[in-house]
Amino acid sequence: MSLMKKITTAAVMALAVGFAPVPGVAETPPNVLVIANRIDDITTLDPAESFEFAGSDVSRNIYSKLVNFDPMNLDAGYGPDIAESWEVSDDGRTITFTIAQGRKFASGNPIRAEDVAWSLQRAVKLNKTPSFILTQFGFTPENVEEMIRVVDDNKVSITTDKQYATSFVLNCLTATIGGILDKEEVMKHEVDGDMGNAWLKTNSAGSGPYKLVAWKPNESVSLVVNPEWWGPKPAMERVIVRHVPESATQRLLLERGDIDVARDLNPQDVQGLQDVPGVAIDSELRGRIMYIAVNQKHPILSKPEVRQAIKYLIDYQGMQDSFLKGQYVIHQNFLPQTYLGAVDENPFSLNIEKAKELLKQAGVGPFEIEAGVREAQERLEIAQSLQNTFAQAGITLKLTVGTGKQILGRYRARDLDMYIGAWGPDYPDPHTNAGTFAYNPDNRDEAKLTGLLAWRNAWDTDGLTPKVEAAVIEKDRDVRAQMYRDIQAEFRQKSPFGIMFQRIEQTGRRDNVKNLNLGGAITAVSYWPVTK
Amino acid sequence: MALAENRGAGRRRLPRFQRTLWKIARTLGSVVITMLGLMFITFIIGRVMPVDPVLAVVGERATNEVYEQVYRDMGLDKPLLVQFGYYIWDVLHGDFGMSLLNARPVAEDIRRVFPATFELATLGVLIGVVIGVPLGVMAAVNRGSWIDQIARVVALIGYSMPIFWLGLMGLLIFYGILNWVGGPGRLDIIWEGMVPERTGMILVDSLLAGNWDVFKNAFSHIILPASILGYYSMAYISRMTRSFMLEQLSAEYVTTARVKGLPERRVIWKHAFGNIRVQLITVIALSYANLLEGAVLTETIFAWPGLGSYITTALLSADMNAVLGGTVVVGLIFVLLNIFSDLLYQIFDPRAK
Repeated sequence: MSLMKKITTAAVMALAVGFAPVPGVAETPPNVLVIANRIDDITTLDPAESFEFAGSDVSRNIYSKLVNFDPMNLDAGYGPDIAESWEVSDDGRTITFTIAQGRKFASGNPIRAEDVAWSLQRAVKLNKTPSFILTQFGFTPENVEEMIRVVDDNKVSITTDKQYATSFVLNCLTATIGGILDKEEVMKHEVDGDMGNAWLKTNSAGSGPYKLVAWKPNESVSLVVNPEWWGPKPAMERVIVRHVPESATQRLLLERGDIDVARDLNPQDVQGLQDVPGVAIDSELRGRIMYIAVNQKHPILSKPEVRQAIKYLIDYQGMQDSFLKGQYVIHQNFLPQTYLGAVDENPFSLNIEKAKELLKQAGVGPFEIEAGVREAQERLEIAQSLQNTFAQAGITLKLTVGTGKQILGRYRARDLDMYIGAWGPDYPDPHTNAGTFAYNPDNRDEAKLTGLLAWRNAWDTDGLTPKVEAAVIEKDRDVRAQMYRDIQAEFRQKSPFGIMFQRIEQTGRRDNVKNLNLGGAITAVSYWPVTK
Repeated sequence: MALAENRGAGRRRLPRFQRTLWKIARTLGSVVITMLGLMFITFIIGRVMPVDPVLAVVGERATNEVYEQVYRDMGLDKPLLVQFGYYIWDVLHGDFGMSLLNARPVAEDIRRVFPATFELATLGVLIGVVIGVPLGVMAAVNRGSWIDQIARVVALIGYSMPIFWLGLMGLLIFYGILNWVGGPGRLDIIWEGMVPERTGMILVDSLLAGNWDVFKNAFSHIILPASILGYYSMAYISRMTRSFMLEQLSAEYVTTARVKGLPERRVIWKHAFGNIRVQLITVIALSYANLLEGAVLTETIFAWPGLGSYITTALLSADMNAVLGGTVVVGLIFVLLNIFSDLLYQIFDPRAK
């Protein structure tokens, strides 16, 4: 009896306590910005190594660079940051930066020319994944101390192996890898000659508007205002990014006011939030491109008519208006909108008859190919749509679905007939995409240029490679832009790539949150102008 | 004489001492073999999986030189058995290696995520037991009555309802509309970092710090996911309790007890229930072990940074060190709970002595 009674009492008590009303916090504190985002892609916060979306978002707010973008005026392009001015030598190979005086790192150490040169040298010496952004200028671990050096107390010079467009060099310095580190602070934590790499993965030593409090993988990132920052004090003293993987959960949190910003809402949840009082939805064009590519080692897919036919077998409009609504916009060129040289010509649309005709011209009958696609909702839906339209012209798509790493491994090994995927630019210069989609100096298997999309698809670029090389050294901005337009016009017709869409990021925010800029197509999010 | 007596006593005690020692050795041996087997299988699966762990580290853009360098750094150029040998050696030193993805020691990561799961699972199984056991007993005693029918429906819903849906509906109703419970995550932002981390379990840490506000907030966050997990284990436990009880209630000794005129409550709780305790312990232990593995979907919906989502994220990103570390922990939990329920058997079941 007593046992039964005890159990019942315990059950009743558990229920009573469990469901007692809890005083809910209707809104976040006024000086704290709380963001829900997927941050499980962060693997490191060392600017010399960090190369993921969520990592760039953190990095942009904790590290200053030589030159940088003004979040309130991204269209203006790069402007002074740590460097107050710069001069280009007559031969166009050397840029000398003058460092702004009197500025400090979050540690209180002054920012010296020494720190600037060391940070960039370090990134080259560490040779981590994003190092190519710098090494493409001819820097090697051996020569970098010669090429990037301290001129005097407040001057640093960067000398490239040949002449490049100045805008190209400076645009690359705005990438995450251009983050300037506090040498003294970092070297205190050096282990086995790693130049502080292990320590910097989870700590910060920068001079940006914020400094890192903690990064708990798959849980949260928290930032606090850097009191040494020279700009106006940000209104948000703390920024907390919580890892909330599920869209519906983000939506609920936003509706309830427990977060200020929700960054991974799916179209259904965006729709559901349209008329919720106190919530606003922003749409911002980002740099990510969705494309398909066919392997030129394939005997059928390498025929020019077949490459052309495939571009007519994509239901661009249908996808944009249905499952991609609001998330992607039709875009058939490799440079994202807002980039220098970007064009908005989209000549292809679904045309089965035309495709059939082209296939007939090529003399091919029905055939089957294997398409690799990552296990992500929108990509699978795109794959299914392609499967349907391709079938109407007699091409059977056999889909191989896997995690990103599985599919990518085979793609990089030139092992897939077709790849359905996405590409995001690495730095805000047209060369970032031109140099991968339309550039392949050595198409042999042994060359292993796995970083280049043209190589992965075994495409020798039909003569575009020298044109890309010419564009990257053109000094005149307008001429340069025109060169990219021309390259893209040729690329659209000849290439084995079917570029389909450009990403639009839809963000839900409480309507009192102002000046939140995600960085458009060219950079990452900026928290310091935000008010609420 | 005294010496002889002592020797005699010693001789009598020795076999039993040896027996116990032998038993312990046997248990330890089976634990070691189980764990080694588990690690070996996970290790091999990790290595033959069509996922490239190097790519996971270097990312899509890496040049071939960077790739090759990391490949060698990770020791992937060595024979599989040699790699496994190194791994075992490290594990024996308490080192699960570094997470390939976030470059932190896996052991540290697991120490961070496990308390969140432990807290959630413990509360979940408590709810499951506290409601499930009486419900099962009542259903068995009142077989075919309305109580039995309700218990059946409740359990059926528990078995068949996708936890993803149930979690979202729970959030929508109790958090979104009624505002009775806290939202996803373990705490509201304003309470984060308010109590020093000792056990990693916020409920316990806040009690240790004597901070009732944090405790209340943490409780409001944990109660919904715990109830949902509890509901699932309750469904299982109540069905099992019911069938164990039915078996006992139809036994002759129960009839005898009733004929002897014992009060019904005593017949049910003392005699019948007393006899199913042992089986029930196994059921509960299994249920608990399942929850301790980490409920991936629940953790996803409730943004709960626990073991389940840790292992899943690691698996999807080919972070094999983290997967191995997680698997070893889950394996250990199963083994330990098995030993624990064996021990309880010994206590409750005289035949097992």
